Amino acid sequence: MRVVADTSRCVGAGQCVLTDPTTFDQDEQDGTVVLLRDEPLDSEVSARVREAVDICPSQALSLVE
Amino acid sequence: MATSAFPVTRTCPYAPPAEHVRLREEEPVARVTLPSGASVWAVSRLEDVRTMLNDPRFSSDRQHPGFPQFFSGRPQAAMPGRMLLGMDPPEHGEARRAVVGEFTVKRMNALGPRIQQIVDQHLDAMLAGPRPADLVQALSLPVPSLVICELLGVPYADHEFFQRNSGMLLRRTTPPEQRREAVGALRSYIRELLVQKERDPGDDLFSRQLAQSGDRDDLVNLGFLLLLAGHETTANMISLGVMTLLENPAQLAALRADPEVTPRAVEELLRYFTIAEFAVSRVAIQDVEIGGVLIRAGEGVIALGNTANRDPAAFEDGDRLDFDRGARHHVAFGFGPHQCLGQNLARLELQIVFDTLFRRVPGLRLAASVDELPFKDDAAIYGLYELPVTWDTVEG
Repeated sequence: MRVVADTSRCVGAGQCVLTDPTTFDQDEQDGTVVLLRDEPLDSEVSARVREAVDICPSQALSLVE
Repeated sequence: MATSAFPVTRTCPYAPPAEHVRLREEEPVARVTLPSGASVWAVSRLEDVRTMLNDPRFSSDRQHPGFPQFFSGRPQAAMPGRMLLGMDPPEHGEARRAVVGEFTVKRMNALGPRIQQIVDQHLDAMLAGPRPADLVQALSLPVPSLVICELLGVPYADHEFFQRNSGMLLRRTTPPEQRREAVGALRSYIRELLVQKERDPGDDLFSRQLAQSGDRDDLVNLGFLLLLAGHETTANMISLGVMTLLENPAQLAALRADPEVTPRAVEELLRYFTIAEFAVSRVAIQDVEIGGVLIRAGEGVIALGNTANRDPAAFEDGDRLDFDRGARHHVAFGFGPHQCLGQNLARLELQIVFDTLFRRVPGLRLAASVDELPFKDDAAIYGLYELPVTWDTVEG
């Protein structure tokens, strides 16, 4: 499982960074999401990433197999 | 179809109005009537609120005739320039991305030491003064006010002017014409400040926005929004949070024992109070079905965030304050593309205030009973006008 971000939907609320700063960061200029990992998620990380996907206010994050 | 009168105010600070809870249980998408006589929809379940706030078929355009207006006889004069709050996609996304970089989690965390300093200074002053003290004046209002002023680049010498005028704007006893004067004074102040910043840029939000492009009218509106939002909301959460923690010794002990509890406590208090209860409204620009109810194009919709944040389908035993809940899917900051720009600043300020206050003043207690406190029952943003507190002598 991998996480995918749609930066055109992202509104820079930063909730994903609060949830898992090892996976998500924000662009310094426009605040949009920057993914810090490209590899498949292990179970510990994926629990946090699932939460980030759920609370993202603009639904810019999704999970793909 | 039942038509309820709106808005209903809270009768208990710790609970949403009973009528809103009834709507959530019996009629989650209901017709309600505003004081203006306008009929709008009220949405009260979490899933429906989240759906509505993320659906582009609902517009934020405050000039739209169908947009819910809470006050009759007080039409909002259109201000020059664009307002972030009233924009829709794709225009909104572009405008928001031009400023949201100022509020990233990293940048907010970098402000931590400065916020700590401001909190310590105000706490020093309170502790050196007479007992009881009003926590609202001593801490809740000045801390967020100074932080937002520094972020915007308002010079220290002008803080007093800013606090006086915004205080006037926020006080319920201020007569309408004085309120209009305060709005005018603040707007022309921001306008003049922009002229200065253009000539002599500093390391602040206004200077950076001017350098980016920054339409002057848009920037005046942005400054006004950040200033007011930065005052009213965080200040009220500080007061309500302190009151609640002092009334819940077991929860307070947990927070004092472990600083890791504080972020979770802040998140739970945000959910529990949801002070911006009526701040999230929309107007349908196409027919949309929400929760099985058809909302027609042109009809207004209000999200009852406070009630949605106690929805049993989303929060188990949601009326209980529980710092271990770890529930972050609440809508206290709204939801969708307009979700609060300053939410991570608010979180940080609340964490620093609670940690510092309860660490430095162990004998802190309320100097009045909760049922005597002046709650903002009449305001769009819930909170406290005053919070008298006292403490034991603090050594050294």
